[in-house]
Amino acid sequence: MTAAPPTNRIGLTLSDYKGAPSTLCDGCGHDAITSQIIRAFYELGIEPHNVAKMSGIGCSSKTPAYFLNRAHGFNSVHGRMPSVATGAALANKHLHLIGVSGDGDTASIGLGQFCHLVRRNIPMIYIVENNGVYGLTKGQFSATADIGSKLKTGVMNELPPIDLCGLAIELGCGFVGRSFAGDPRQLQALIKAAASHKGTAVLDVISPCVTFNNHEGSTKSYKYAKEMETPLHELGFIPFYEQINVDYEPGTVQEVEMHDGSKIRLKKTERDYDATDMVGAIQTIKKAHDEKQFLTGLLYINENKDDFVSMMDTVDESLATLPESMTRPGKDVLESIMKELM
Amino acid sequence: MNTLALDSKEKTGKNVVNDFSIQVATVNGSGSQSSNNVLMRSIFQMGIPVSGKNLFPSNIAGLPTWFTIRVNKNGYIARKKHIDIMIAMNPQTAIEDVKGLNPGAVCISPIELKLDAVRSDVRHYQVPFAELASKASDNMKLRKLLTNMIYVGVVADLLNIDQAQIDIAITKQFDGKAKAIDLNLNAVKIGREWARENLKKVDQYSVEPMDKTQGKIIIDGNAAAGLGCMFAGVTVVTWYPITPSSSLCESLIDYLKEHRIDKASNKATFAVIQAEDELAAVGMALGAGWAGARSMTSTSGPGISLMSEFVGFGYFTEIPTVIFDVQRVGPSTGMPTRTSQADLMSTFLLSHGDTKHICLLPGSVQECYEMATEAFQIAEMFQTPVFVMTDLDLGMNNWMSEPFKYPTTPINRGKVLTAADLEKAGKFERYADVDGDGIPYRTLPGTDHPLGAYFTRGSGHTAKATYTEKPEDYLYLMDRLAKKFETAKKHVPAPVVDTVSGAKVGIIAFGSSDFAVQESRDQLKEKGLATSYLRLRALPFTAELKQFVDAHDVVYVVEQCRDAQLRDLIRLELPESSMKFKSVLHYNGLPIDADFVTEAIIKGEGK
Ligand SMILES: Cc1ncc(C[n+]2csc(CCOP(=O)(O)OP(=O)(O)O)c2C)c(N)n1
Ligand code: SF4
Ligand SMILES: [Mg+2]
Repeated sequence: MTAAPPTNRIGLTLSDYKGAPSTLCDGCGHDAITSQIIRAFYELGIEPHNVAKMSGIGCSSKTPAYFLNRAHGFNSVHGRMPSVATGAALANKHLHLIGVSGDGDTASIGLGQFCHLVRRNIPMIYIVENNGVYGLTKGQFSATADIGSKLKTGVMNELPPIDLCGLAIELGCGFVGRSFAGDPRQLQALIKAAASHKGTAVLDVISPCVTFNNHEGSTKSYKYAKEMETPLHELGFIPFYEQINVDYEPGTVQEVEMHDGSKIRLKKTERDYDATDMVGAIQTIKKAHDEKQFLTGLLYINENKDDFVSMMDTVDESLATLPESMTRPGKDVLESIMKELM
Repeated sequence: MNTLALDSKEKTGKNVVNDFSIQVATVNGSGSQSSNNVLMRSIFQMGIPVSGKNLFPSNIAGLPTWFTIRVNKNGYIARKKHIDIMIAMNPQTAIEDVKGLNPGAVCISPIELKLDAVRSDVRHYQVPFAELASKASDNMKLRKLLTNMIYVGVVADLLNIDQAQIDIAITKQFDGKAKAIDLNLNAVKIGREWARENLKKVDQYSVEPMDKTQGKIIIDGNAAAGLGCMFAGVTVVTWYPITPSSSLCESLIDYLKEHRIDKASNKATFAVIQAEDELAAVGMALGAGWAGARSMTSTSGPGISLMSEFVGFGYFTEIPTVIFDVQRVGPSTGMPTRTSQADLMSTFLLSHGDTKHICLLPGSVQECYEMATEAFQIAEMFQTPVFVMTDLDLGMNNWMSEPFKYPTTPINRGKVLTAADLEKAGKFERYADVDGDGIPYRTLPGTDHPLGAYFTRGSGHTAKATYTEKPEDYLYLMDRLAKKFETAKKHVPAPVVDTVSGAKVGIIAFGSSDFAVQESRDQLKEKGLATSYLRLRALPFTAELKQFVDAHDVVYVVEQCRDAQLRDLIRLELPESSMKFKSVLHYNGLPIDADFVTEAIIKGEGK
């Protein structure tokens, strides 16, 4: 007799959070991120049917098919996932939205929509699986490629990269993290924390493309990222239903309370980083670029921002399924409008 | 002297009652809109059919603008080609304006413009507006505005417009604001009294009370469509401003704020987003439609072009939403404040790949209202983007109409399966043709059932919504979509057909051309040419089209575009009849008029 598989707090097993088998290249960073999404949602005990998985177009954008089979998925058009997510969020404010995009999908064709999603603060997790290239169209540079990074063909990138984290902070995003597909612990903690954030949570995750951008001379390869990754802090996430109190040496831990009562603990490493300081965060990102450092962790958090859906001040029920009695005014209303027009 | 009789010895001619057009030439941003509305409403309130058209530039202030009021006892409300009474208030255009008049027409103008020197064969009334305005107010800025009401007073005296109706119209226009009402009423009085004392009537036009507008309303097509959306139960509205569609969403927003706040919670039963562009607007509308909302967006040609990729996606993945296209002259920025029907073909076939869409074609403000409501039903029934195509003339101009009727059919959300339905069925395939009508079943995100979820993708998909590149799967999908389109033919608004027995000539038109065609048919009849008429109200075509074409020897397709787009679509549908069609094409940016249609058909018939 085999033992029953373990279950989470709502009685579901890990495989209830899985999706269809991946069709990506073996070793693709995107698959590693998928695994952490599955883990994080399982461990948090989020009802999968209440999740909506959104994406654009690209290898990365295919991945929502590979997790949370019990959630509706929406593979939209290239670069336009933000608008679709915005509409879905307004139609049903009880959905948990998770979006997966690529650096091409977000930083090139979709940059405008990304900016406006962040500006509106649409409640969702927005993961950019960043490999510095367009994987699906066979390895052209994307707008996040670093200056001096080389394609396999030897072509060198000469344009400066767009830093999506810096941009998100600039646009007022209340949750911005950067991680690496090869750092599962940190990534998982960030995804869990992002799931508790009420507003847009942007995670820029370096996710090597083993087929087109994992060679010597690439700054988005496993080797480069592994060697260069410098975590800003050690990151712990304590969900609201699991409050444990641990005493830390004063001054070594920054604790941030999330909207739902969950907590993020940021344990200091050698550097003293304050994730609630917006200007400091932008400075750190700029400096890291100049010094060719690869900093990961929770770059910025602000739990006190209104999200767009709350600002709309709609009824508690989801707009999608309101009954006719709430959406069609009575005959008297039409008649009085007609009188005024006579 | 202020009154100048005609040079010619011709007398005033016979009286013309309730059948003429007035054009007011002003500068945009000068505040003449309220006066023009008051003028139009006063006549309307006297029971006389009217229509109003604003011909305005793509500019905020300082460029010429013309407002035309057609007064017609027979109820013709299309544009009238010739102006009978010109109120030439704009010095920039006055000379051109008066030159464009027919001999014998009337011209009211500021005395200092000396327009009598330009045309001596026109009946002039020259008015010292500046002097009169100084009596109306001490404030220079107000004087400019009140000058507009002074011409209302002058015209009221000349045409014999009932003062009581002017009082009512002004009270309505200024929404009970006592001070504004007083000032404006006084200005009208100044104009009227001056005219009475100083002008000798030398023209033949006047109004007399009738009973033809009793119970009727005046509204523009955009507000009418906005009302339709509200009563359709729209819940998510997305838009990006563009003339001539902006006022559709703007009036909808006003209606929603007033009538769609839940009384119990004091919260909104709708959400409105002003998107960053039309691409995002339609993406949001599709996202909302996918998640189950009644969603819509509204735009004009340039926005439609931007929406192209997403609309194909919506067609292929089967997501309901409603898109209004209030057409203007293109291509590109074209003439953004002029009217057109030239988006028809590109919108019908919008996007790449094999795509075709349901398009509703309202032909009156009443239909703007009704078809707006209808569009949401059809979109959800057929799970597809549905277009409602109006135009600037219908959308932004004021039209007289019967009051709108309250919807009689309950809101139908289409084939949506709940968790309980899934439990009963024990099976769910998102893209399977279960009922044989080509329309599949869908579930909404958030459905709490293990069978509930599916994956929406713009790539090839099987009946189970999984990825596929297999030829047979793609064929199944595309053929089912075609079948669904066939089914739609039974549900879209049927054409309105008036077959005249013995008539060999048929006319086909749609949208705002209807007013001109109706009037033209009467003109043709007077000239001894009987015509039948089919007014198209939707694409795809329905069976009535073939019957109509088959029943006539020659069919004139009247449309407001250069390339005979509707005629070509009909030819594709009925290739065997393709030699029967002749085109009447009006595409100079002005609304089509009856004389134009009549002349073209008379010429075509060799009469
Ligand atoms: C409108 C449009 N233009 C171009 C493409 C082709 N295309 C598909 S994916 C892609 C780039 C994807 O890059 P990225 O988002 O970085 O995803 P990755 O494959 O690297 O994960 C492009 C250009 C498309 N699908 N749609
Ligand atoms: S091409 Fe690159 S990004 Fe795409 S699946 Fe393969 S490794 Fe991943
Ligand atoms: Mg990429």
